[in-house]
Formats: sequence, structure tokens, C-alpha cells
Amino acid sequence: MEVKNANLTKNSKLRGFFSQIPLLAWIIGGLIAVWLEHLAGDRLTDILMLPKIPVLFGFVTMLKKPLLIPSSVIYVLLIYLLPVFIFARLTRSPLNKLAAALFKVPWLSAVIHIVLFYAILHIWADISAYRVLTLRLTLVAVILTLSLNLINGYMGEFSCSHPGFMALGAYMASVLSLVLFVSDRHFGEAVLPAISGPFLFHLVLIGGGIAAALGALVIAVPSFRTRGDYLAIISLAFMFIVKSMIENMEFLRGPRGLSGQPDYATLPVVFTWTVLCVWTINNFVRSTLGKALNAVRDDEMAADAMTVNTRQTKMVAFMFGAFWAGVAGGLFAHVLRYVNPGTFSIQKLAEVLAMVYFGGLNSVYGSIVGAVSLSLLGEALRPLEIFKWIIIPLLLILVMIYRPTGLIAFKEFNVRNLIRPKQEPE
Amino acid sequence: MALLRIENMTHYFGGLRAVHNYNLDIEPGQVRGLIGPNGAGKTTIFNLITGIYQPSKGKITLGGSGIVGLHPHQIASAGLGRTFQDLRLWRHMTVLEHVKMARYSKITYGLIGAFFGTPKRRREEAEIEERAYHLLGMMGIAHLADQVVVNLPYGAQRKVEMARALSMEPKILFLDEPTAGMNPEELRQMMEIIRQVRDAFGLAIFLIEHRLKMVMELCERIQTLVFGEVIAEGTPEEIQNNPKVIEAYLGKEIVE
Repeated sequence: MEVKNANLTKNSKLRGFFSQIPLLAWIIGGLIAVWLEHLAGDRLTDILMLPKIPVLFGFVTMLKKPLLIPSSVIYVLLIYLLPVFIFARLTRSPLNKLAAALFKVPWLSAVIHIVLFYAILHIWADISAYRVLTLRLTLVAVILTLSLNLINGYMGEFSCSHPGFMALGAYMASVLSLVLFVSDRHFGEAVLPAISGPFLFHLVLIGGGIAAALGALVIAVPSFRTRGDYLAIISLAFMFIVKSMIENMEFLRGPRGLSGQPDYATLPVVFTWTVLCVWTINNFVRSTLGKALNAVRDDEMAADAMTVNTRQTKMVAFMFGAFWAGVAGGLFAHVLRYVNPGTFSIQKLAEVLAMVYFGGLNSVYGSIVGAVSLSLLGEALRPLEIFKWIIIPLLLILVMIYRPTGLIAFKEFNVRNLIRPKQEPE
Repeated sequence: MALLRIENMTHYFGGLRAVHNYNLDIEPGQVRGLIGPNGAGKTTIFNLITGIYQPSKGKITLGGSGIVGLHPHQIASAGLGRTFQDLRLWRHMTVLEHVKMARYSKITYGLIGAFFGTPKRRREEAEIEERAYHLLGMMGIAHLADQVVVNLPYGAQRKVEMARALSMEPKILFLDEPTAGMNPEELRQMMEIIRQVRDAFGLAIFLIEHRLKMVMELCERIQTLVFGEVIAEGTPEEIQNNPKVIEAYLGKEIVE
């Protein structure tokens, strides 16, 4: 009992210790850490006798060469953890004041936080091309997971068609950008000068999103007449139909896939779209119009009796989710610069579903956490080869046992609370 | 012109005649009661009027226009609010969210507002929230606004349902056994609330109830339903002394 109490006070002390630190301090601390890596990373790896800068916080190095575990841990401690904690702790009171000053204009403060956060990612990723690729794919996964959570979590219908929407978006965007900006044998001369590409690319992505949303309409019309398992079955069928349709379309080069997409999906572009996705979806689910989704999920009859147009609510959310899946598909195609229909099948579905249910239903936080952790875990455990496919499912099972709705379910993502200056106890 | 008029409404479930030739006229500000033994078809009548089922025959007009064939949400938006016998609350939502949700059809900021958080949306949501707090205050549950409904005691949940139905500004309110499962203290509070609501909003109330005491005290006119047919209609005293009603409730032998 006494031990427990002691632990409790220790815990709350620790929590108090950290709860006074505003997000701004953490972000600037992170910025310093990645800057430190940029400047001193190479020298430190020499001293620690590491082969090169550990790409994913040392996980890959540790798993490949267990002898290097101590050096990797020291590296992570010296470069990331210590600078961040020390900085955040030491500067908490001036930065609290700064955060309070910024908070007078909340949107500006939010923009500053996002820009600084982007700077961290940019500097961190600058070390190697592998980091850039991983980061971009992770951000695409965030968009995908969040858009599926809108349907499976917020709306509570089980949809399996996300890879299909992604394929529609990926192919639509690929065809558009190959026709418009690239001269190749298959689609002929470029229609527009290549210099306009990076700007018009955003419209190309929206085109991909709209294609996916129209695909969603095809599913939504028959399956939202009633509730039940219809959507799951129809959407699963849709996924396979899209895949085999593309495989049989010669002008899309069938199963060989399309390649040579221009390199427009750079890190800033992917990051911007991710922020846009999180922003709009979070706005939607926190409005009364969006909360209607929860009402429909929890009791459709009551929602109807309280003036909620249930069918329209479901259609809008489904198409909105599909739109973002399409955008994610377009980005995905331009990150890899290659798509084939085989990518968008049951394995992709399992991946996205795992991210949604791992992270947590009905939660923007959860989707971000789920997508980032499973993407990074997938990369970090790569050296384990086949065992990776034992460890990740095992982890999923554990989460399902102890937290059936996911790690961070049913939690509101309140940006205002996040960027607010933190109270300092007297 | 009656606020709500139902003429010769009949409904069949397959071959079973659940409601037969049901008639009703409700004027603004009236409190009407519907009593009857279990399985008499009281809730079916509510579900027919609110659009959950379509009547096989008959006409229903609300404020002068026909509502048969409309979706439940359209009928609700036309001014017909209701509560449910089996407390249909949304289990993951807070009390405040419940009351705000019933304003759905009155929201004008549209999808653009929902996606991009326009100033118009912020204004409108703030207005809705203020109204919601006002209603919750009236019910005496404003302090519970941020609680998830499943954590609340039963009586408070009933009040949430009431506040939610009032939030849509109905012209007529249907209450399906509002005091089911309540203790005497909660019962007294609920009767007080119903009276208060009628006086404050001037709306008509149509009440299904098992507890005769409550119906007798609240309602101006009462209908008694047995096997889908109205066997008696009148003031509380008339109903109380009607031999057919006593027979339906207590059985023939006892009456004799």
C-alpha cells in the first residue's frame, strides 16, 4: 500500500513536471535535436563506432547487429532525448509566456506550430533519402487511416473499399499528370509545360479525390438504404471490381502498371495535404453536422426523430472519406512514381484496417498514432524479415484484448488545447 | 384548424390489425393522453404518426399539410418532437452534444462551414450551444453538460431525452411513457417539468402513460386504446368511471 502510494506521488510528480511544458517548447526542443544531428551526427557516429547515422532511431541497426545496441541507445539518448527534455524543461517559463502571447491569435499560433513541426521533419529527413521516402509514405498512411476512420469509426459502418478508392485516385492522378506534364511513348507529348506541373499537381490530386468520391457514390446509393452488413459486402466487391477492371484496361497498361509519374509529391507537398486532411476531417467531426454521424451510428432511429437526415449524412461522410482516400492514392502514386493494380488489394486493406483499429476508433489522435506507429514499426522491424509478420499481428491482438476500441479511441482532437500555454503551479 | 389531425388511421402488420380507425385532433397548447394495457398499440400509433411506419389507410395532417409518406426526419423538422419508451440516447455522446444535435435541420452553415470552420459556423454553433445550456438549465442538468450520457443515472437520462426533444422547437411533443422506471421523487419532478414545458413553450403534448395518476393529473382529454381500437374518450373523470375502461384494465370478473 505504501509502496503504491509512493509510486502514485512519484507518478503525479512526473506528470506535473511535464504538464507545465507547452507544446511550443517540445517542438523547439525537437528542432534543436534534429539540428544537432545535422551538425554533430556524423562525428558522434564515428566516436560510437556506428557504421552510419541510425536512420530510424537505431532500431534497424540494433536488430541487425545486436553488438551495437549500447552505442545506438547512447546515440538516441544524446541526440534526441536529452536535448529535447533538457531544453523543454529549462525554457518552459519563457516559452509559456511566448505561447500565451501567440495564443491571442489562435490560428496564427497553430500555423506557427505547424511550420516549426514541418521544419523538424524536414531537417530530420534531410539526412537520408530513405528517411524522406519513409516519412512521405507514413504521411500518406495518415491520410488514408483518418479517412477510413471517418467511415468505420465515426460512422460505424464497416467499409472495405478503401484500397479501391485509393486505386481510383492513384490512377486518375497518374493519368492526369502523365498526360498533362510528361512526354512519353504511351500517352504522347505533354499538353502543358512542365514548369506548371508542381502548381497544377494540386488540381490533379483533387481530380483523383473526385474520381474516388464518385466511386463511393456508386457504393453508397444501393448500400445505405438499410443498415447492416450490406456495406461491408458491397464495398469488398467494389475493391475487387476496381482492381480487375484496371488489370483489364490496356490503355492503363493493365497489370504492368503505370510508371514515370513526375516527382511532384515532395515532402512539403505531402505534408501540406496531410495537414489539410487532418484539418478538414477534424473540423467536420467536431461540427454538429459531423457529430450527426455518431448519432446515426449509436441510434439511427433516434437520429431520424431528431431531424437528422440520416441518409444524406452517411452519403456525405462516405464520399468525403473516399475523396481523401483518392488524394492519398494520388500522392502514393507520385511518391513511388509507379502504380500497379496489384498494390490495391486485400493486403492494403488489412494494413489500413489494422492502422485504424490499432490507433483507435472515432479519434483523429488515434488515426495519427495508429498510422505513424504501424508504418514506422513496419520499417523498423524490417531486418527481422518473416518474424515481422508475427510481431505486428501479435501487437494488434494485445491491443484488441486490452483496449478493444484501439489505443486512443473516442478522444477529441482539440488543437486549441494542444497549443495553449500550460499552467505553472505555484 | 387542429394542429395535428388524424383521420381513420388503420395499420396492419401482415394479417394482424394493429390499429383500427384511429382519430385524433390536437389543438395548440393541449395535453392529451393515450392509455391502454400492454400491447394495445399505443407505441405503434406514435410510430405511425412520426413516420417510422407507414399507415395502411388514413390521413395525418400536421399544421394543415399531409405528412403520410414523409421521412421521419422530415416529419420531425415539420415540428413533431418525441421521446422514446426505451430511452434512445446516443451512448458515446455528451449531454450537450445530444441537445445540440436536435438542431440539425436548422443549421445553415452547410458542408463548407463544416469542413473549413468558417466564422459563420462558429457563430451558429455558439448560438446553438447557448440555447442548449438554457434548456439544460431548465431541466436542472446543466452541470452534467460534458458528461457522456451512459454515465448518468436513469432519471437524468430521461431529462436529457426531454431536453433533446425540446431543442428542436417542436409544435407538438410526443412523450412515450416518460416516467417508466422512475421513483416517486423523479416522477414528481418529471410531472413538474412537463407542466413547465407546456407553459413555457405553449406546445401541445401527446402522452402515452401507464401510471394512471399521472395521466389523470396532467391531461385534459384521454383516449383508452384496447387491441388497436379506441374504446373510450373523454375527460379524466369520465375515463375513470367508464366501465369499459375498468374492464379493460382489471378484467370482467372483478367488475361484476
